[in-house]
Amino acid sequence: MTAKRRGAQLGMLAFAVLIVMGAYASVGLGLNGKVPSGMLGYGLGLGGLMLAAYLVLAKWAPWADPLLLPLVTLVNGVGLVMIYRLQEGGIKDASAANQLMWTALGVVMFSATLIVLKDHRTLQRFTYTAGFAGVVLLILPVLPFIGAEHYGARIWMNLGPFSLQPGEFAKLALVVFFAGYLVAKRDVLALAGRRLLFIDLPRARDLGPVLITWAVSIAVLVAEKDLGTSLLLFGAFIAMLYIATQRTSWVLIGFLLFVGGAFLAGQIFTHVQARFDGWLHADSPEVYNAGTSYQLMQGLFSIGSGGILGTGLGRGHPGLTPFSFSDFIFDATGEELGLTGLMAILMVYALIVERGLRTALAARDPFSKLLAGGLSFILAWQVFIIVGGVTRLIPLTGLVTPFMSAGGSALLANWMLIAALVRMSDAARRPPPQAIQDEGLTQVMQR
Amino acid sequence: MNSPLKRVAVACLLMFGLLMANVTYLGAVKAESLRNDSRNVRMLYARYSVDRGWITADNGKTTLAKTVDTGDKQFRFEREYPLGKPFTHVVGWFAPESSSGIEAAMNRYLDGSHPDLVVRRAIDMVSGKPAKGASVDLTLNTKAQEIAYRDLAGTGKRGAVVAIEPKTGKILTMVSVPSYDPNPLAKVDKAAVNKAYNRLDKDENKPLLNRAINLTFAPGSTFKTVTSAAYLSEDESRDENTMVDAPDSLPLPGTNISLPNYHGESCGGRATLVQALTISCNTPFAIMGMEVGYDKLKEQAEKFGVGQQLEIPLKVAPSDIGPDEGKAALAKTAIGQQSNQMTPLQMAMVAAGIANQGTVMKPYLVNKIMGPDGSEIDVTEPEELDEAVTPEVASELTKMMISVVEHGTGSAARLPGITVAGKTGTAETLPGKPSHAWFISFAPVGDPKVAVAVFVESGSAGNDATGGAVAAPIAHDVMQAVLGQ
Repeated sequence: MTAKRRGAQLGMLAFAVLIVMGAYASVGLGLNGKVPSGMLGYGLGLGGLMLAAYLVLAKWAPWADPLLLPLVTLVNGVGLVMIYRLQEGGIKDASAANQLMWTALGVVMFSATLIVLKDHRTLQRFTYTAGFAGVVLLILPVLPFIGAEHYGARIWMNLGPFSLQPGEFAKLALVVFFAGYLVAKRDVLALAGRRLLFIDLPRARDLGPVLITWAVSIAVLVAEKDLGTSLLLFGAFIAMLYIATQRTSWVLIGFLLFVGGAFLAGQIFTHVQARFDGWLHADSPEVYNAGTSYQLMQGLFSIGSGGILGTGLGRGHPGLTPFSFSDFIFDATGEELGLTGLMAILMVYALIVERGLRTALAARDPFSKLLAGGLSFILAWQVFIIVGGVTRLIPLTGLVTPFMSAGGSALLANWMLIAALVRMSDAARRPPPQAIQDEGLTQVMQR
Repeated sequence: MNSPLKRVAVACLLMFGLLMANVTYLGAVKAESLRNDSRNVRMLYARYSVDRGWITADNGKTTLAKTVDTGDKQFRFEREYPLGKPFTHVVGWFAPESSSGIEAAMNRYLDGSHPDLVVRRAIDMVSGKPAKGASVDLTLNTKAQEIAYRDLAGTGKRGAVVAIEPKTGKILTMVSVPSYDPNPLAKVDKAAVNKAYNRLDKDENKPLLNRAINLTFAPGSTFKTVTSAAYLSEDESRDENTMVDAPDSLPLPGTNISLPNYHGESCGGRATLVQALTISCNTPFAIMGMEVGYDKLKEQAEKFGVGQQLEIPLKVAPSDIGPDEGKAALAKTAIGQQSNQMTPLQMAMVAAGIANQGTVMKPYLVNKIMGPDGSEIDVTEPEELDEAVTPEVASELTKMMISVVEHGTGSAARLPGITVAGKTGTAETLPGKPSHAWFISFAPVGDPKVAVAVFVESGSAGNDATGGAVAAPIAHDVMQAVLGQ
């Protein structure tokens, strides 16, 4: 029988908050030689928030995985500290107060999701509603008046004083939709058509959903100039399709479709072409001086200057990279916490994903398996795309580093994602109700 | 659905593995080149975030380079050179992207990154203080240095002065003219520094070169001391009074040219060694050179340090007597012409070697290194480079050189009450071009405290400049400055 491990969870949560407070103090010492005056406030704020999250979790999802909340607290906290550090370093757009406020709202969303969503399987009933909502959310930024373009990508929506990135919420809605849809259709989609070499190709008439998702992704790429979200959604869909059908051919078809589409887009649209140039020839003086790879190279200089142990918080120059507090926060962290810090952060992400996938494995129904698997994969996939982008492993696409980058929408959406995983892990780990056996009276057929 | 889920888990693991491998590549393998990339402005910040050690002389009493805390966040520490021009070629400068002189050669001590300072640096890092470098104290005698610069620059000519303490190898003076103010090159404004540098680089007088060690020149008659050393060492029975042939003109074997004496003067057909050196006859030394042979002459020169790549710690261009090109060429090599090329430092080492009873000491500029807390980290111990000649030969050479000053071409170097030994040199450069003027000397004989080489470059010295007229008075002042203390 699974243990609840509530005590261990509380201990790890306290440890995560402690690490973050230490980091916070270290920023102050590195920058000004003294512990920042607001440290107690920040510590109590973050600690209080996480305690609240813990209490909600303990009451409404007592069997939940004990690792998820402390791990997320740690990356969220490190992101908060980095943003504080960049703000103190004179980066105008970095605001630790905003980020803390959004973290608080994220925890509220986390709690609300846990309280409202008593059984995640009810989501299956809203499959098509979720699909519709997802597509609407994706379209919102393109609409006139509501939508807005910042830094060359039209992925923003103006909402009074705030701007939101609806794409982050679309991500959640679409994964719910994919899970519901694929559970219903997976038997058909798994049917084999012709066999080519070693692979069973699906039947041509079943290609419909893949083609539609592909078309939507390419539309996002073209209309919103957002290669990142496009790649994120399409990849998640393909992965879930594979989980549902076990057909490798879907992965291959999806891969070829996307590469083909992206290649064509690269030929037609200069901004996609520039992304590729900035990746392949980042180091060449022409590309660098033209500004195409300036940001990426500055990010790499940041990591390189940090070396193995980093300069220490507050002692480097991470603010030199444009958008060091959002897209490039991973590189900025690398400068001050070094290779060691980056490995730890990647390890934390890997653990969150691992806990999510474990939940999927332990889940008792196909919808839960697909949903948990899909949410875990999309998180891993997002980390891969953005971190791979800012470390020049793959072409750079603007995406949020989950829980670390400055930005409200992403924090809210990702906290909701974790709430869903927590909910499902609670269901998966909850011991099944014991059958009451009335000995002697009824003979139970043993199968 | 568990088996595809497990495969997706493996794929996720692979993705994280790739990210970690790539981050490791950046943070460990490629870190060094990323850190030092010229486009990475952190390099520049790092240069100015260190409380760089000072450069001093006179046992720490005189400051040659100091660090000023500007309080600026990005470029906190700036460098200043209070004594300026006379010291530029030795002290160097610390520019945003380059450095020179001691600033470059001793950089790892000055910026505190040397392994000897690593513990200290670690303490600074943990306590959050700016890193502090070690101070470097030079062997220079600042008074003599300033007088040498004033004298040489005052003549409006190009040249160099080197003075060495014969018994230790301490470099007391190293001046190169023309010089320049190092302060504009130590500013943080890269564009302004580059502009200032380019102006100096394009100057036809080449002020950026340290003529004392970067360039070699024909040593002329000062090299006759080396030829004499080889000749005397070859046979113990020879001394200053040995008679040598001194024809008015010497036909060079294998050619139809003859070698004359300076200005066609006569040396009387036969002369003693001391007479020949005193009035600087050419023909006897040309004959001696041919008699000794190329190999022995080269070997003798090498014992004085010729051909060595010295680091004092500034890099010294190796001197060279030139290739073996036959007897006629050797005759000219023996009197410091042909392909015979010496640095002023090398000629100072010849004088110092003779002064120090034949033993040449390794020349050096760094007296000691002081830690940021004032503790002595390293004190340079004098080191023997080679025994160039025996004490007996050194004593004969000294007698000959005393005669040069007392009765011959070097009279301008006489000091009241002190015995001075010296040798003039007037080296032809190209036919029809003006000569280089040289003077090497040391004093006091018996207990030598200073050996000097003064060099005044061709073209700048006027048409009939001789070592005795142009160079010897400067040597006189430098010796007096050192001995006057």
